Amino acid sequence: MKSVDEVADAMYEMVKDAQAVKKKLKPMDLTKAMIATYGDEVDKKLCKAAIKELINSGRCVYTYFGGSFIEIPHREGAAND
Amino acid sequence: MADNLPKTPQLDELEKGGWPSFVKEIKMAAKGSPMAVDLLGQLEQSYTEKIGHWKHGGIVGVMGYGGGVIGRYSDLPDKWPNISHFHTMRINQPSGWYYTSDALRKLCDIWERHGSGLTNMHGSTGDIILLGTRTEELEPTFEELAKIDFDIGGSGSDLRTPSCCCGQSRCEWACYDTMGACYDLTMHYQDELHRPAFPYKFKFKFSGCPNDCVASIARADLSFLGTWRDDIRIDQDAVREYVDRGMDINEEVISRCPGNCMEFDGKELHIENSFCKRCMHCINIMPKALRPGTDTGATILIGSKAPIIEGALLSSVLIPFYKMEPPYDDLKELIEEIWDVWAEEGKNRERVGEFIQRVGMGNFLDAIGLDPVPEMVAHPRENPYVFFEEDEDEDEDEG
Ligand code: SF4
Ligand code: SF4
Repeated sequence: MKSVDEVADAMYEMVKDAQAVKKKLKPMDLTKAMIATYGDEVDKKLCKAAIKELINSGRCVYTYFGGSFIEIPHREGAAND
Repeated sequence: MADNLPKTPQLDELEKGGWPSFVKEIKMAAKGSPMAVDLLGQLEQSYTEKIGHWKHGGIVGVMGYGGGVIGRYSDLPDKWPNISHFHTMRINQPSGWYYTSDALRKLCDIWERHGSGLTNMHGSTGDIILLGTRTEELEPTFEELAKIDFDIGGSGSDLRTPSCCCGQSRCEWACYDTMGACYDLTMHYQDELHRPAFPYKFKFKFSGCPNDCVASIARADLSFLGTWRDDIRIDQDAVREYVDRGMDINEEVISRCPGNCMEFDGKELHIENSFCKRCMHCINIMPKALRPGTDTGATILIGSKAPIIEGALLSSVLIPFYKMEPPYDDLKELIEEIWDVWAEEGKNRERVGEFIQRVGMGNFLDAIGLDPVPEMVAHPRENPYVFFEEDEDEDEDEG
């Protein structure tokens, strides 16, 4: 099995790549992608723990734009200083 | 500060009449809250121009949580600087909405220190709604609330804050412990409440009887409606007392029974319980004479929602009768099965009821491993969404 940190790192890269092309990913998109990439080396529970790690460490945040997504923290367009 | 209130001739109209007025409340709050002052100004401007002046924020929140904070910014921050940020916090209400005065005072004190002081008790999800604060006040508010044992509720694509009627704490008709069930499932699913992982929102609502005081059948993805499977308890003396005091039992009760299963012979009321729909009508009309049975539990229904993306849906029966006793292990297994299938196959912003409509109830039941039962059919021959397949053995037998 992969470790939580390994999966979290792989998820982080996915989020970063998606954000570079202005695409938003949902937690389930990340989980499905990890299962497609690593097969039996990961499962949903592990992916859930990896997402928790990403959020608790502050590397990623949840955002809401109609639905909930996972993104790298950034200044939001609507914000007033 | 109240002397500096902006002129609000249009809002002032909403103070007239005998009903409660949110304008009156905001003006009262404005005596000590600059945010409330600017809120009045911006609102008056919106009423005049017929244009909303709020922008939605999607990122603000507290560390580790994905729900419970709804970002709002004014699009006129130079004109109304005190509401340039005006975020809403949803706070998980206590089961049954019971508070001590002390808890309410502490909540309000925290909110006056960190926000506008304006609250909405309660939002349609059931949460305590704290209206209007700045981004940098979110964490300090959260920390202070945690010290008095309050936590943030749900928002976004997560489990929304579960809610329940007061149930057995006050109501003689409660068929199970709504507050206990609501609290148990809220605590058990903290991850799902704070970490959005679903295609869209998901709501539990617990009503202790079919009167459904929390409108669970219309507003919850999973509705828990108290019911009974034995006979309605009848106190015949009390029935006669109603009649002696002038109640037209045929007109007011019997003719309005949707099961058409009641009869009064002048002395005794008879109910053919196998035809009773558990609608509560007769019990509501003659509360001294009739009560739900003693073998109680809940009917669990799935799929209701208010109209947002698609039209409104009412829940339909999933489990006709469940005992609703802690620790609710098999219920939790079923819930997780539903979430697994829906999270895997549901489209973005597709409620579970819409998902079931898309894939078909038969396929959905198959996927969650539940056998169809007749109670799932709303009207015979009307929604035959379950197709009973003949298995091979039967084919051979027939052959
Ligand atoms: S739903 Fe039923 S049990 Fe709950 S408060 Fe209303 S009448 Fe009482
Ligand atoms: S609960 Fe409703 S259906 Fe049942 S006997 Fe009373 S009125 Fe009739």
